[in-house]
Amino acid sequence: MAIEINTNEENLLAKISGELDHHTAATMRAELDEKIKNLNPNKLLLDFSDVSFMDSSGIGFIMGRYKLMKENGGGVEVINAPRGINKVLKISGLDKIITIGRCKNEDNQ
Amino acid sequence: MKIINEMKISFPSRSVNESFSRSAVASFAVLLDPRMDELSDIRTAVSEAVTNCIVHAYGDTVGTIEITARILEGNIFYIRIKDKGCGIPDIEKALEPMFTTAPEDERAGLGFAVMESFMDKLTVKSKVGVGTTVTMQKKISRR
Repeated sequence: MAIEINTNEENLLAKISGELDHHTAATMRAELDEKIKNLNPNKLLLDFSDVSFMDSSGIGFIMGRYKLMKENGGGVEVINAPRGINKVLKISGLDKIITIGRCKNEDNQ
Repeated sequence: MKIINEMKISFPSRSVNESFSRSAVASFAVLLDPRMDELSDIRTAVSEAVTNCIVHAYGDTVGTIEITARILEGNIFYIRIKDKGCGIPDIEKALEPMFTTAPEDERAGLGFAVMESFMDKLTVKSKVGVGTTVTMQKKISRR
């Protein structure tokens, strides 16, 4: 599990790779929240293109960041979620409060 | 239903074992030649059940989690996940989507909802102070 963080003036882009579960979410949460608090971005973009596995702990992870961003009037967007992960995202109803960007491989399914 | 094949694993309820346990069960399920999405459903359902044992059943303590996986007649994959943790006082409530006893830990309350929707059958048996047993079944398509 790794997290690569890039910023421009307004947005924070966090590219997450590996498996997102209860175990890995804890360390990522700490790392990402520190950046959010320091940089106070308008928008947090979570790039899931290299996430190979995610269970409902990932939903908790996204919701937690959503709440943190909202406190300062910011937003969260999930981009490039692979199909298997999209299934978990749909069950959560998270797509009703967060923009879920176009899925990777969507054209082939 | 006739058991065609079976495997058992038991391990301590440490979060590092979440990934180990779902991979171990998925490796066994491969014997049924499932599609990628079916295998991914199994992996996710196991991860949810094991995480429940770690976060809720044992909490701050470490106990044993026991998994039995079976290949049953008719291309059915069966999984039983058992803990000897605190038990669930109100199963009906626990099964409600978005219900969680650990919101501060960023638990979404979706574990059972995911198991229910990714598998064909889900049964939860629990006794407070004794433990919880979750059984799940999924029919794997023949190809």
